Parts: sequence; C-alpha cells; structure tokens
Amino acid sequence: MSATTAGILFVVSLVVALVLVHRPLGDHMYRVVTGTRHLRVERLAYRLIGVRADGEQTWSVYARSVLAFAAASILFLYLMLRLQHQLLLSLGMPAVAPAGAWNTAVSFVTNTNWQWYSGESTLGYLVQMAGLAVQNFVSAATGIAVAVALVRGFARRRTDELGNFWVDLVRITVRILLPIAVVGAVVLVAGGAVQNLSAGTDVHTIAGGTQHLTGGPVASQEVIKELGTNGGGFYNANSAHPYENPTAWTNWVEIFLILLIAFSLPRTFGRMVGDRRQGYAIVAAMAVLAIGSVVLINVAQGMHPGTVPSAVGGATEGTETRFGVLNSATFGAATTLTSTGAVDSFHDSYTALGGGITIGNMLLGEVAPGGVGSGLYGMLILAVLTVFLAGLMVGRTPEYLGKKIGAREVKLASLYFLTMPALVLVGTAAALATASGRAGILNFGAHGLSEVLYAFASSANNNGSAFAGLSVGSTWYETATGLAMLFGRFLPIVFVLALAGSLAGQSPVPESPGTLRTHQPLFVGMLVGVTVILVALTFLPALALGPLAEGVR
Amino acid sequence: MRVPSWIRAHVAALRAVLVLTVLTGVAYPLLVTGLVQLPGLRDQASGSVLSQHGRAVGSSLIGQSFTDAHGRPLVQYFQSRPSAGGYDPTATGASNLGPESVVDTLRNPADEHDTGTPSLLTQVCARSLAVGRLEHVDSSRPYCTSTGVGAVLGVFRTHGDRGAVTRVVSLNQQCPAAPFLTRYHGVRVACARYGADYSHAVVTPVRGDAPTHPAVPPDAVTASGSGLDPQISTAYAELQAPRIARERHLAPATVRALIDRYTTGRALGFMGEPAVDVVELNHALDAKYPYRQ
Repeated sequence: MSATTAGILFVVSLVVALVLVHRPLGDHMYRVVTGTRHLRVERLAYRLIGVRADGEQTWSVYARSVLAFAAASILFLYLMLRLQHQLLLSLGMPAVAPAGAWNTAVSFVTNTNWQWYSGESTLGYLVQMAGLAVQNFVSAATGIAVAVALVRGFARRRTDELGNFWVDLVRITVRILLPIAVVGAVVLVAGGAVQNLSAGTDVHTIAGGTQHLTGGPVASQEVIKELGTNGGGFYNANSAHPYENPTAWTNWVEIFLILLIAFSLPRTFGRMVGDRRQGYAIVAAMAVLAIGSVVLINVAQGMHPGTVPSAVGGATEGTETRFGVLNSATFGAATTLTSTGAVDSFHDSYTALGGGITIGNMLLGEVAPGGVGSGLYGMLILAVLTVFLAGLMVGRTPEYLGKKIGAREVKLASLYFLTMPALVLVGTAAALATASGRAGILNFGAHGLSEVLYAFASSANNNGSAFAGLSVGSTWYETATGLAMLFGRFLPIVFVLALAGSLAGQSPVPESPGTLRTHQPLFVGMLVGVTVILVALTFLPALALGPLAEGVR
Repeated sequence: MRVPSWIRAHVAALRAVLVLTVLTGVAYPLLVTGLVQLPGLRDQASGSVLSQHGRAVGSSLIGQSFTDAHGRPLVQYFQSRPSAGGYDPTATGASNLGPESVVDTLRNPADEHDTGTPSLLTQVCARSLAVGRLEHVDSSRPYCTSTGVGAVLGVFRTHGDRGAVTRVVSLNQQCPAAPFLTRYHGVRVACARYGADYSHAVVTPVRGDAPTHPAVPPDAVTASGSGLDPQISTAYAELQAPRIARERHLAPATVRALIDRYTTGRALGFMGEPAVDVVELNHALDAKYPYRQ
C-alpha cells in the first residue's frame, strides 16, 4: 500500500469510528446532563462541597460558580507549584518561580495547557497527577457544563434557571470523563505508555553510554489530556514521546480521543432542544471545516514544498518514524481544530503552508469541532450570528431554535466573537513592539512572526500548542500569554452564560413560513461561510505577513 | 451571622477543588496504576525495559546513540536518527527550526569557543555528507554544497529585490572557503565574512543538480519530534546493512533477516509507516553476533 493510500485510510477510519460512536456517546451525555437521579458517590461529593444538588441557578449565579471554581483552582495549583519541593514524589525538583507558576496554573485551569517548561525536568509526580491532571478533568467538565447551560437556554422557556454548575461539574467528571479515561489509559499502556511511580531507571546503554529512563503516571494523564482536549504533555516532547504515544495505533487512539466528545456533543444538543436535525446541522458544519483542514494539511505536508523539506525529500523534521509524515499531519490538524494543543510532531518545522493551516485552525475560533464544550458553544454563537446576518438580508427579526435573536443576543454574540481576535492581534502586536517580546523569537523573518502569532492564537484560544521555537520561559511571555489565556477563556464564558440567561427567559416564537430552516444544507453552508469569512476578514493581514509570505513565492 | 453569598461560593469552590482532586488526582491514577500490574501490561507500564545478561541496557521504545565519546558513529552498530537532545530522556524535544531556516550564523573568528549556529538546511547537508561517507554512497542533496553546507546565495540588486545583480555572497561559506559557485548572473560569488551586513541581500537557495530522491533517506538527515525516536525507516536500515555485514563478518542475508525481524509494519495495514527499531536490532546483534575488532 502506498503511503498516500494509507494516509487516506487513516483519516477515513477515524471518520467512520466517530460516526459510529457519536450516537451512543451523545445519548449518554444527554442522559447525564438531563437526568434527575444522583449516584451515591455524587451525593457524597455534594455533601462535602456543601451544595444543594437539587437547586438550580440563574445565569449570573452559574457564571459566578464557574469563576469561583476557576479562581480556587488557580490558587490551589499555584500553591502546589510554589511548594512543590515540600511535596511527596517531588523527585527533588525545586519550587516553580512565581511567573512560571502563575502561567502554568492559569494555563491548566483554562483548558489551554500551554507549557513554558519541560515536564521531565521541572515537575514532580504529585504536581503532575494531583495538580495538572485534575485540571485536565475539571476544565474539560467546565467547558461541557457551560455548553450545556447554553443549550438549556435554547431549550427552556420563560425561566431564569440554567441548571446547577456543581451538579454538572461532578456528573460530567464522574459519569463521562472518568470511565472513558480508565479504559483509555489501560489501552495506552497495552501499547507501551508507561504508568508507574518510579523515579526512573539509570541504564548503561548498548554502546556503553548512560541513559536515565524516566517513569511517571503517564498513561493516566495522557488519556485525559486528549479526551478533555487539554494537551499538556507529561514530558516536553508531548505526544511525540514514545512513553506517551508509543505506536502508530496509539496515535490513532489519541486522535480519536481528541475528537470524541467534541463531535458527539452536537447529538446531545439536538436531543436537548428536541430536534436531532439541529444537532446534525451543527456537526455537519464542523465536519466540513475539519475535513477540509485535514485534507489541506495532508496535501501540504505530503507535497512538502519549501527549501529544507525539498532538500530533505520529505517534511520529516520534527516527526517520528513510527507515525510518518501524513499521520502526524492529521494529528496536527486534530489538535489545532480542537483546543487540545498536544503535538505528536513539531509544528514549527512543518512546511510553511502546513504550519499556516495549524494557525488557521486555531484562528477559526476552534469550532470545528473545537474543545470539549467550548467548540459547541463557539459554533452556536456563530449560528446566532449567521441567522442574524440572514435576517439582515431579508429584513426580518432573526430567530434560532424558536428564540428571537434581538439586540441583546446579538450584542453578546458579537462580544464573544470579538474577544479572541482582540487578544490575538493586540498580543502579537505588543510582542513585536517590545524588545522582551522580540527576544524570544528563534527563526528569522516571516517565520519569526508566525511563531509569535501562533503563541497568541494558541493562548487566546486555549489551545496550548506552540511553534515551540519561541522561547516563552521569560517573565514577559509568561505574563502576557497568561493574561491572554485567562481572558480568552472566561470572558467568552461569561458572554455565553449571559446569552443563555437571556434566551431562557424568552417564550418561544412559533415557526412561520419565513423562518430560516436551520437544519438544512443551506444553513450549514451559510454557517461554514460565516465562520471562514469572519476569520479571513479578521486575520488575513497577519497571516499574509507570516505563513503566507513564507510559503508563497 | 449570615455569610455573604460570594464568600459561600468561593468556599464551595475550594471544597470542590479538594474533593475532585482526591477523586481524579489520587484515586484515578492509583486505580490505573493498580490495573496495569496485570500480567501483559506490567512490562509496558514500567517502560518496556530491555536487558542483557540480566542488566537493563535501555528500553525498546527509547532510542539511543550508537556513537563513541567524541560523537563519531560506532561502525558495528546501526545508527539512529539525528536527535535534537542527544537521546537524553531528561531533555526531550525537537529542533523547532523552520522550513526556511537556511542561513547560518557565522562563527566569530576572534572567539575560539564560538562554533556558530548552523541553519536547519546546513544541518541536513552536513548529516547527508557524513552518512554518505560512512555508508559509501552518494551524499548529494538539493540545495546542498558538496562540502555539506546549505547552498544559499545572498544576492544584492540595484533596486532591492529587482534590477541588476551588483554583488553576490555565499552566505553559509565563511571565508576563506571557496564558494560553491564561481559566478551568478555574471557576478563573482564571494565567501561570507563574520559581522558583515547581508540583511539587504535577497536570500536565494540554489537547488543544484542533485537527485530529487537522494541516496541518503530523509529520516537519516532530520531530527525526530521527541529526540528519542527508537526507529529508522526501512530504507535507512537497508542502507546501513552492508556496513554491518562487513564489520561483523556476516552474510548480507543474515543482516537483512534480522532487519525484517525488528521491522514493524503499518498497524492494521494502514496506520503509521513501516519502521525498524534500532535499539532492539543492535541489542539482538550483540546477543547473537558479538562484535570482535
């Protein structure tokens, strides 16, 4: 079989697997977030947390609970990092300095998992598993909870209740994330991922040198890192590391886990609003964008234009032999289309256009399919903007899922949409305007601009991957990307919840012959068009100076 | 006294963090660690360690260097790919150099410790030259000089990137090296001087006439993502087979059979690329056919 055929089959098999699984998983998630019964372990958790499980919250209380939980998480993680040398299983690692600890705490709480450090030389095991991996679970659960609250806003009528954040958080963690994670971790270990608490083994190598083989609870963290679209590697090399991603088939499993929840949530959405076709329309728009991106990046990496790739005869720099160039490209697309940011190959060394596609994926706002939860609410915001634009064209008040999209709704959706571009463009400009910002750049010229643009696209979108040539271990980048991550995560969440509150309070408008049918291909096409055009208008100048200038000659 | 609701929310949040930490940060990883103690998973969970005479010599998943103390390849072993971190598991990662990293930073002649910083292109060219010499095959590559640096000219023109050529410098060939090309558009090509300002020159890589598919395969001249890649392509293994047969006095068929044994095909026929595990291969060579100088 030729490498091209194998690369195509690899993508096709992922699509087939996701199509098969989205239904049972989507239905399961529907039952989890709408059910009224509590498991015993959940009751115990509510008692320990001190919340009433059956009380519902208004949008502002829900939002305050999300923010309070994030604040407590950042504080807890920051303290763990600062006190690491005092903790168990620290492996003798010193405390993390304040700027770095702030950056990492924010990074993991915001589901970004941007990493300025090398895991193997900075962090002990307790911080990794009881600090970082916990946030891998709960930041993912928070994203799903916010998406569910927005969907409740569409589904409910004349109420100010959007559910209970604590119940959503605990249920999603216990009933969705944990069971998949346990099975997934065992599967990864079967492939060769390590899972132990040993400090490592010193060996005399075959050729007579020495090598320190590292250990750690890697598989348990690896699986939730992909499933929760987090992306923070146990080791610096992330999913390129043979102990995190040992074989070609574990690579497939990891891509599958990355896409699993985000592509199943539209099914949950469809069931919650009582019309599965609405879910299919959303997932169709996601799939069109995702497949387009995967095809483009595979073509760019497979054809390998550019000076060094032509000299080499392939885009193999920064890729692992076992994965090959094409499967690495597919992983690169999956990780940037979602908010994952794990890498199994290093995007900085991709062809100019291939690397440009990874940036473009993030600049789409990560909606195809996006991070767990955040992808769904991002796409629903774009759907709101799409019906608004369509309404402008025919001159009638737009509606979506029976709810009127009035001035307040459009304002909130617009604020949501404007947050990310503002953070990316202002951040990139600030980096290029200051000496400390420019000091981090590794590659010259257009590629250097791409490194900075990538960094802010990645942090503001809570992706976490990098053109890793950029040295982000300076106080300037740690502070700036920390702020971008924080605002990039929580401002949109507040706007989404406010929108949910405003929608839930409405009584539904009956469908009329003039209503835009939001489950039909026409709407899917418009949604894809709006997503691409808004991004192109916002970012084309920046992309033209970076990846396009480098790749087009 | 009634506690304000915003304080109550934060207290609940802190308690939630603790409860979920116990659940997902302690119970979950320990449960998984327990599960993988089952036979059939245990070896993998502890790192797929390879032993020789009862002594751990590495892991079948973690690549090693097969070089001497000076970094020169040991001829009796299959060579691994280049590594950005020298196969050190405590410093994993990639080069992160981009596809147009083609201009070297030159060495300061006044500083004897300064070795300059080669571009990715020059690293590729130098590796190709070294592998070609070791395996006695043609080492030429597109955009590489025969001396193993990137063939890149800095071209000055009368109007920026347009107009007549006024001056040409071979950017990666530091004086007194002889440029790979004597003339470009009728102008004599000069060698590059440390500290000179070439920022107004148009960087122009020169392809040359090397074959599109060089004899030295791509993975032999590029570093992996992890810096720990234990595997090489089948092409690179086959390229090295005659040398191993010669050095270890083996029949070529014996070496080829051993390569086949440690080749992993695509999983399920379509995932990944066929690859040869160098660590396992060299481990098996030493066990079966010990090297005598």
